[in-house]
Amino acid sequence: MALVGPSGAGKSSVLRAIAGLLRPEEGRVAAGDEVWFDSAANVDVPPERRSVGLVFQEYALFPHMTVGENVAYAGPQRVDELLELLAITPLRDARPGELSGGERQRVALARALARDPAVLLLDEPLAALDAHTRARVRAELGELLARLRLPTLLVTHDFQDAAALAPRIGVVVEGRIVQEGTAPELVAGPTSPFVADFTGGNLLRGVARPGDSGLTEVTLEDGTRIFSTDPLEGHVGAVVYPWEVAVAREAATDSAQNHVAGPIVSLVPVANRVRVRVGPMTAEITQASAERLALRQGEPVVASFKATGTRLVPL
Amino acid sequence: MRRAFDIAFAVAAGLVLAFLLLPILALFIRISPAELLDALWSDVALDALWVSLKTGLIAHFFVLLIGTPAGYFLATKRFRGRGVLITLVELPLVLPPAVAGIALLALFGRRGLLGEQLYALGITVPLTQAAVVMAVTFVAMPFYVRQAIASFETVDPALIDASRTLGASPQRTFWRVALPLSATGLGAGSALAWARGTGEFGATIMFAGSLQGLTQTMPLAIYAQLDLNPDIAIAIGALLVLVSLTVLLSVKLLPSWTRFTSISYISSAPSGSSSS
Repeated sequence: MALVGPSGAGKSSVLRAIAGLLRPEEGRVAAGDEVWFDSAANVDVPPERRSVGLVFQEYALFPHMTVGENVAYAGPQRVDELLELLAITPLRDARPGELSGGERQRVALARALARDPAVLLLDEPLAALDAHTRARVRAELGELLARLRLPTLLVTHDFQDAAALAPRIGVVVEGRIVQEGTAPELVAGPTSPFVADFTGGNLLRGVARPGDSGLTEVTLEDGTRIFSTDPLEGHVGAVVYPWEVAVAREAATDSAQNHVAGPIVSLVPVANRVRVRVGPMTAEITQASAERLALRQGEPVVASFKATGTRLVPL
Repeated sequence: MRRAFDIAFAVAAGLVLAFLLLPILALFIRISPAELLDALWSDVALDALWVSLKTGLIAHFFVLLIGTPAGYFLATKRFRGRGVLITLVELPLVLPPAVAGIALLALFGRRGLLGEQLYALGITVPLTQAAVVMAVTFVAMPFYVRQAIASFETVDPALIDASRTLGASPQRTFWRVALPLSATGLGAGSALAWARGTGEFGATIMFAGSLQGLTQTMPLAIYAQLDLNPDIAIAIGALLVLVSLTVLLSVKLLPSWTRFTSISYISSAPSGSSSS
């Protein structure tokens, strides 16, 4: 499971509390039948006696020990096997200072697993990596986690990382889980503006009232009227995902009910796609489409999306 | 104009160096190396060397044994009055040695606060080798503790946390992580404390006296021999210069021994003096 949320939401504190590095004011931490912390029963097991494998954000490898010694620190029995598992056997005698970010992460994982932990805790496992290595390490980490079949709790501020690494995601805002589900579930039905924002959706603020033919009519802050199939009234956020927004020179007469017109604010290529910012919203279109339309910054365009793809969340 | 400016500053630097180094150089020029060795072979010099070495080593043992855990405690624990405590530990650094001497007498002297009871038990501290050890420990300890606090503070707290979650007790964490990572800084502190202890004069002469073969350390012997046999005084002085130079060089070279961290080891004051 992954916990995602903005920085300062208390995600890392959850991991530290589970590991015993932070003492919560009240609550209970248990792994299986083993109670590690219970404020009511006055139970507080010290960190060294909690069976956790915590991978720190900056990996916290011991700089004065070799890779082998780092892994052996928690338990010398499984060192060979773990170095093999993470494909770092050739790095055995290297010091952490000589390693790349991705290599450090693998050493940190091997070290955390050396204790044979009941639960694996990953604190922002990809944050210390540069964008270049990030995608590759994310894929490797995903494979490893799938192979380990170990209860894992990972914390990240990046929804894409969480979606790639964890089957279930909890969105944490100000110390609370505001929504929980699989990545597709969260994308399909965000219940709060935070979740909509974190899953990568456009959030358009407006006022909703029942409209014609059973649709909800939302008047946006700039006066534009759009429609949604979600029934809701009052101050709402309309959530539209960038990949569900089409961009055209002028509003077409097709099934899309919603049109937001404006000049192109920015054009940012991302891999084989282009993120087009039009007024308050971002559309994601293919590189080919962007070239075909010969889009330029500052030119007026219309962003269209369907009422069925417009989710409403209360503000 | 710029040129004159540069010259003036270069002259100032030259004056400083000359003023500091010429007297030291004079020590070695005044007498020949043969005379110097001869003088060092005298009873007075050998006794002083022996007293200095013995009391110095015992004092240093206590400084490391007590100063290291004390430094670790002050560096890692957060409690009310921590800043005040650190400042108090540093007080002897700026205290005139004569004050240290009279203060030790006030506590352990025959009429002292504790001395009276100790005397009743048949224990006399002043004018003994134990008094030398105490005087040296008193003046050297702050140098070491201050450096120990600064060194332990530079250890990344995440490494301490990591050690704990990997199953290590606080004790094992101290021995395997905190201590090795602070070793260079502690070494520098140790060398500085040793240098300060070896040069101790004021507190020792007041508290322990200057009895040849018992409490007369090398600096005290220099003073005692000044009128009686200046050659011996100069010879001991020259020896102390060499000892000090060794200490200085070892402190300067320490950081290059360990390549795994890039922390500067003679660090500034511990942060504790500004926080609480």
